[in-house]
Amino acid sequence: MKLLEIKNLHASINGKEILKGIDLTVNAGEIHAIMGPNGSGKSTLSAVLTGNPAFEVTEGEIRFNGKNLFDLSPEERSCEGLFLSFQYPVEIPGVSMVNFMRTALNEHRKYKGLESISASDFLRIMREKRELVEIDAKLAGRSVNEGFSGGEKKRNEIFQMAMLEPLLSILDETDSGLDIDALRIVAGGVNKLKTEENATIVITHYQRLLDYIIPDFVHVLYNGRIVKSAGKELALELEEKGYDWLKTN
Amino acid sequence: MIEQQYIDLFRQYREIIDKHSSEVLNALRDQAMNDFRCSGFPTQQVEEYKYTDIGKQFEPDFGLNLNRLPIPVNPYEVFHCDVPNLSTHLYFVENDSFYDKALPKAGIPEGVLVGSLKTFSQTHPELVSNYYGKLADTSKDGTVAFNTAFVQDGFFMYIPKNVVWEYPVQLVNILRADVDFMVNRRILIVLEDNAQLKLLICDHAMDNRNFLSTQVVEIFAGENVVFDLYELEANHDKTTRINSVYVSQQTGSNVLINGITLNNGVTRNNYHVGLYGRNAETHLYGMAIADEEQKIDNFSFIDHAVPDCTSNELYKYVLDDQATGAFCGKILVRKGSQKTRAYQSNKNICMTREAKMFTKPQLEIYADDVKCSHGATVGQLNDDALFYLRSRGIPENEARMLLMFAFVSDVIDHVRLEVLEERLHRLVEKRFRGEIGKCEGCASC
Repeated sequence: MKLLEIKNLHASINGKEILKGIDLTVNAGEIHAIMGPNGSGKSTLSAVLTGNPAFEVTEGEIRFNGKNLFDLSPEERSCEGLFLSFQYPVEIPGVSMVNFMRTALNEHRKYKGLESISASDFLRIMREKRELVEIDAKLAGRSVNEGFSGGEKKRNEIFQMAMLEPLLSILDETDSGLDIDALRIVAGGVNKLKTEENATIVITHYQRLLDYIIPDFVHVLYNGRIVKSAGKELALELEEKGYDWLKTN
Repeated sequence: MIEQQYIDLFRQYREIIDKHSSEVLNALRDQAMNDFRCSGFPTQQVEEYKYTDIGKQFEPDFGLNLNRLPIPVNPYEVFHCDVPNLSTHLYFVENDSFYDKALPKAGIPEGVLVGSLKTFSQTHPELVSNYYGKLADTSKDGTVAFNTAFVQDGFFMYIPKNVVWEYPVQLVNILRADVDFMVNRRILIVLEDNAQLKLLICDHAMDNRNFLSTQVVEIFAGENVVFDLYELEANHDKTTRINSVYVSQQTGSNVLINGITLNNGVTRNNYHVGLYGRNAETHLYGMAIADEEQKIDNFSFIDHAVPDCTSNELYKYVLDDQATGAFCGKILVRKGSQKTRAYQSNKNICMTREAKMFTKPQLEIYADDVKCSHGATVGQLNDDALFYLRSRGIPENEARMLLMFAFVSDVIDHVRLEVLEERLHRLVEKRFRGEIGKCEGCASC
């Protein structure tokens, strides 16, 4: 089943075109990796998918789970099952993780026409999902990402992903700033959340993360276009030859 | 000149004012009226009153209850507090008269005096006259002079040496009238050495009339006193409050004042804190939430008169629509006040282009071995944070509310009274949601 279908996507920021015609289809059950050098448009793609108002879509279309994505606000996209693990998770002093997650979860439930979750059920789910990414119980009482280490922030992203159970998760440079142990925990969490119904897009510079999260497809984004798509072996080839190899091809 | 009508009123009603008050209060009237005649209301040319036109607040035709006609309502029956289960020690000042029927009796520590300022200044004139008017200088501020000239009653608390009043005490200032109305209220709190007290004062307008209240609070904190004062304003937009709080602190005393404006038309708060004994600590916090045409103006002056004292100041404003906020914080570290620690911060959010904030953090330091800081910010909600919340499914409005709430939460976190802290969280949330009714908490309207 097609979860995501991107056709000829063009997007710009402040009048500068970053994405210059992207085509990509992601089916349920698949893991896609998008690789590419700095400035190729990887993060712009994730920002456009989640509806970041800083970016302007100038051409093309995106269908997500049968709906026109551009008809949906960022919050509606989330409720429809789209999730972005931010490259730079935002610190929000004064908003506790518990309050944040309860509000988010209940908004998702409201969207689906369900009742608000009971306090005890909520705490039970929090506990279960926390264990998935080995996050300390103390985290719950703390403000969102405030004073978290780089590794904690990324684990916290995967924790939120576990809480919201999205259909399509986009992991934007989730490996950056992680040591090997944290990388294993984060990747382990992602793998445990994988089902036949959902899909994942992994955006990364390096092949390293793909040792832990094995992709079905690897795409290379270069200068706003996908210039090459292949199986997981492409990641190894890139690691060996660098991106320059593609520029000459 | 708006002052003249009040000067005439005073002359005309002087006997009646005196008759319905006490000798201690009457003794200061002449001087106060002289000072008022000289200074008038502070104009906006006076730097400290630049952002609030005080004279204009007194222009409308207000009724006054100089004859002290009783209000035929039992506040214990009609008023239901926003902060329930706080205390069995609940007192009311209706307009500017202390309500002395059906007073709480049980559990009041021995030796404590609590009740009507007028009554106690008649039964304990030496005690009250030792303190009354000693901090609130009528020559320095026309509004204080005005209050001192007209005031007839108010609230008095005396906590003798070593007495710790464990449970918080609550005073509710109720405004009730069938016509536009002015009240002049006085609060005097005397805490002898080692005494402890937590006092919550709530202001509440119960009728849909224009109200103007002047209030002067004098607080004497003896050695090692621990005192918390929480002020919660939940009035309607037609209420003007001009409030001056004076605090004198002796060695080792610890005073916390947290002034929260949830809703009010025009608010002017003056805080004058004198640190006169070593190792005294003062914590001054404030939060203001204003929308539409509301105006909130906080002025504070902290006098580090001796060495080794600490002051901590944090004020936060959230201004929506065309609301105006002003903050002026003055800290004076006098010559020789070494090892002073004085911190001041004022942070503000303007939600619209029309909302205005004026802030002036000020430090004057004449000692050379001190730790002081001051700063102010005016800004908008963080767009990145807003998007982050929305990307998790939280609608924009809700996300804004969460961020506004988060912004003011550290002022609430400084509340040293758990029930009040919890309740404030809910009240502030309701306020941001626009669910605070005009008369939240009252059964009569």
